[in-house]
Amino acid sequence: MPMGGVTKRINAIKFALLSPDEIRRMSATKIITADTYDDDGFPIDMGLMDSHLGVIEPGLRCKTCGGKVDECPGHFGHIDLAMPVIHVGYVKEIKKLLQSTCKSCGRLLLTRQQAQEFMRDLEAQEELGADSTEISEIAKETAKEAQKRARCPHCDTEQSKITLDKPTTFREDGHKLTPREVRERLERIPNDDLRAFNIEPEAARPEWMVLTALLVPPVTVRPSITLESGDRSEDDLTHKLVDVLRINQRLRENRDAGAPQLIVEDLWELLQYHVTTYFDNQTSGIPPARHRSGRPLKTLVQRLKGKEGRFRSNLSGKRVNFSARTVISPDPVLSINEVGVPIEAARELTVPIRVQAYNMEIVKDWVKRGPTPVSTNGQFVPGVNYVIRPDGRRIRVTDKNAETVAETVETGWVVERQLVDGDIVLFNRQPSLHRMSMMAHEVRVMKEKTFRFNLAVCPPYNADFDGDEMNLHVLQSEEARAEAKILMRVQEHILSPRFGGPVIGGIHDHITGSFLLTYRDSRFNHEETTFILSKIGLKEIPKPAKTDKDGTEWWTGKQIFSLVLPPDLNIAFKASIGPKGVKDLKQLTAEDAWVEVHEGQLKSGTIDENAIGAFKGKILDKIARDYGSERAKQFIDESTKLALGAIMVRGFTTGIDDEDIPEEAKRQITDVLRQAEEKVQDFVEAYRRGELEQMPGRSLEETLEVEAMKVLGRARDQAGQIAGKHLGMENPSVIMARSGARGSMLNLSQMAGCIGQQAVRGERLSRGYWNRTLPHFKKGDLGAQAKGFVKSSYKSGLHPTEYFFHAMGGREGLVDTAVRTSRSGYMQRRLINALEDLKVKEDGTVRNTADTIIQFRFGEDGVDPSRSVQGTAVDIDDILQEVLGEEPGWRERMAEKEMTGYGLTEKDMIVELEEEEETEEEPPEE
Amino acid sequence: MRFNVLEHKLVPEHRLLSPDEADEVLKGLKVTRDQLPKIRKTDPVIRVLEKIHGPIEEGRIVRVLRLNQTAGVSEAFRLVIGR
Repeated sequence: MPMGGVTKRINAIKFALLSPDEIRRMSATKIITADTYDDDGFPIDMGLMDSHLGVIEPGLRCKTCGGKVDECPGHFGHIDLAMPVIHVGYVKEIKKLLQSTCKSCGRLLLTRQQAQEFMRDLEAQEELGADSTEISEIAKETAKEAQKRARCPHCDTEQSKITLDKPTTFREDGHKLTPREVRERLERIPNDDLRAFNIEPEAARPEWMVLTALLVPPVTVRPSITLESGDRSEDDLTHKLVDVLRINQRLRENRDAGAPQLIVEDLWELLQYHVTTYFDNQTSGIPPARHRSGRPLKTLVQRLKGKEGRFRSNLSGKRVNFSARTVISPDPVLSINEVGVPIEAARELTVPIRVQAYNMEIVKDWVKRGPTPVSTNGQFVPGVNYVIRPDGRRIRVTDKNAETVAETVETGWVVERQLVDGDIVLFNRQPSLHRMSMMAHEVRVMKEKTFRFNLAVCPPYNADFDGDEMNLHVLQSEEARAEAKILMRVQEHILSPRFGGPVIGGIHDHITGSFLLTYRDSRFNHEETTFILSKIGLKEIPKPAKTDKDGTEWWTGKQIFSLVLPPDLNIAFKASIGPKGVKDLKQLTAEDAWVEVHEGQLKSGTIDENAIGAFKGKILDKIARDYGSERAKQFIDESTKLALGAIMVRGFTTGIDDEDIPEEAKRQITDVLRQAEEKVQDFVEAYRRGELEQMPGRSLEETLEVEAMKVLGRARDQAGQIAGKHLGMENPSVIMARSGARGSMLNLSQMAGCIGQQAVRGERLSRGYWNRTLPHFKKGDLGAQAKGFVKSSYKSGLHPTEYFFHAMGGREGLVDTAVRTSRSGYMQRRLINALEDLKVKEDGTVRNTADTIIQFRFGEDGVDPSRSVQGTAVDIDDILQEVLGEEPGWRERMAEKEMTGYGLTEKDMIVELEEEEETEEEPPEE
Repeated sequence: MRFNVLEHKLVPEHRLLSPDEADEVLKGLKVTRDQLPKIRKTDPVIRVLEKIHGPIEEGRIVRVLRLNQTAGVSEAFRLVIGR
């Protein structure tokens, strides 16, 4: 594999127009007949498939260069057009030129002085190295200025107005200009005047924008396909060129025979149509040319444009070898760094191994096994699919030739070995929205046909197992493997560069499990403890925390969890089960929601989402930051296994009876809801009587709506609270909601209490029928029920009208997500196109490929968020505490820090600003 | 001029560097003029600065000191360009 760097740097690219002369010069043959093949299936001379244009059939030779199929690149031909036609791609240019030059003398419609001024400006900009957009801006201004003039300053001819009738018809004061007339005018423009338009006359004479000869692309560009039936099917471009040729022929005959002007003009226009659609079959203003089947033809522009076009589909994106795709499924036993690969995939995916003296023996052994070795002990044994000789020839290894090939293998050969455990591969799930969408994993070849990975890695890929598929790529060079291992390994991405917290961490049952393991004084007997600890492969059981009188030994969950913590870890924070906003330590301790780890021992608190969860896990965050990614990987692997052990010991289930609440509570909820409805009714009546007090900045109607929303919202919350009172921490649904494993308390209160007000665009439902939502209500009814308040709970079931309202609200959500994803996808694409070439240089500046500075320091502070602590490079408090040991009151400070949040406060900014001003120049006055 | 944009709280401090200072800055950053971010001569800020310093030619450098939540004060430079 040649590994040369860039040997040449492109300095500039120059675009030019093809002159008719040049077209004829580069043409291998002139094309005159619309027929392609004769009866024997051979290309007709001077036809569209002329063998001077290249070869597409194996065995034949190109008549121009003598090359065979893969040797001859193809050659262009040309069609001489009977009458000139306008090139659609240049109509804008032509229009500009026609409008700003004189109709009779062809000069630029500016005085010599004006023209020189613009020219000077242009030259000055060019000298300063202005980019093409700035220069074309000046050229545009020149044209604009010239168009203003009604009379030619050189020959004093009065100018008439030129309009463009889309797509290709020019009119002068209403009557048509033929392409021939247009061409004649363009021919008259002197070279010197063209320079003012930023047109280089040597490269692009404007009359070349009106075609007199049409270039025919080589057959290799438009190969014909032979169908199974033996019929030939031509490429769309060939079809289009046939049309052009036919009309061209008829036009020539008619013109030469002296046919009436009208007929010639019609044919001329038809020729224009065909040439136009040959370039772009989606030109607005004309119907697209269609295939016999009715499918629009795919012509030149369509080949290049858009997502399926040459650029986005073939040049920016490519199909690759050594990749696999299949359904994913979970496997909590795998490390976060691993990926389970099916045997079937491992047999196809290979790693090239260069044969050297040191590995000769083992490589020969691999080759000897052939492509499908039989294993002796049920383990996967890698084979070899191909052997590559130094001259680049590939030899397929089969069961038959394996022995002989193995004998011939020498140093310098390359052997393509199948995947084995420990190989580094890239694993990816679309849409690849951030860098964690593609990470490097270590292979574990496994039975069954899915890719498997640890559940903690779901969040960065945004993957679930409802049928998701993922891609896998095998790295093919030592350099790539090393780079991937250092930069792309899963463990290197535990902390996200987006917000500096962990994106990899416990989800769902991992969190529930660690809750069950550590909540309050949960304890486990000998059998349970050994079961849980066996999951992390611990050989020795720690001393029991407690022994009963009868000799039964107990281990606390907190003690078991502490086994996976680093021995010198100190941290304190509020658990997710703690009520929101509560800062009182006593209250938190009472709920076991104040987590305190001292010297690696969990002293108090419950381990839940705020400790080990993805996005929120504080312990995870601290370990990743202070102990490195290797330790963090180990912690995630072990803590998730512990959690699963705990949940297996305790058992966990949830069902609709989790939301069962006593009759008394149900009555209370109905009461609350009835009162709320009455209150709304009161408001409505007050509004009717005109007694409703108007809120500032709102109309009377809006006031009513706001009040109603407020009352009903409060009612739902109250219903939820009443229901919640009867749903305690022993309730599995509540455990899930409070610990952050899945769902929220709102979800629960909607199941047990009341679903609440449905809204579309943030307002109560109002549309449907005249002045009412449904015919079940009176016209103009503004009450709670009539405007989409759902009294029922999901558990009790909804009334028909409520069901309909709920569907209305639900639909809005669906539409929103659909619209949002497509719009944000496009935004993301544009953003990435703009930012893709930026990189941080060694001096800390952010620069683009042109080496111009974008930021003087990365992010203006030079801090990598994934390595910072809450936005600052160093956490001084934390370091102080570590160095000085535990100082009194550090607990309080922890609670305090939670409040202050991110970076500098506004107050800090003002102080700094004042200090700064003393050294700086006084702000200018006016 | 109706309004001095530099007095607006969202506009960071801009200061025109003397040619010597400018050379110093370029040397410090090890860049050429064209690698700096640009600011147009017609930019309201440059118009204000012109009231103080008189006409500012293309190629002069302006220092921008901006306050930032995370970075505190950060320094940036702009090359004055035409139009």
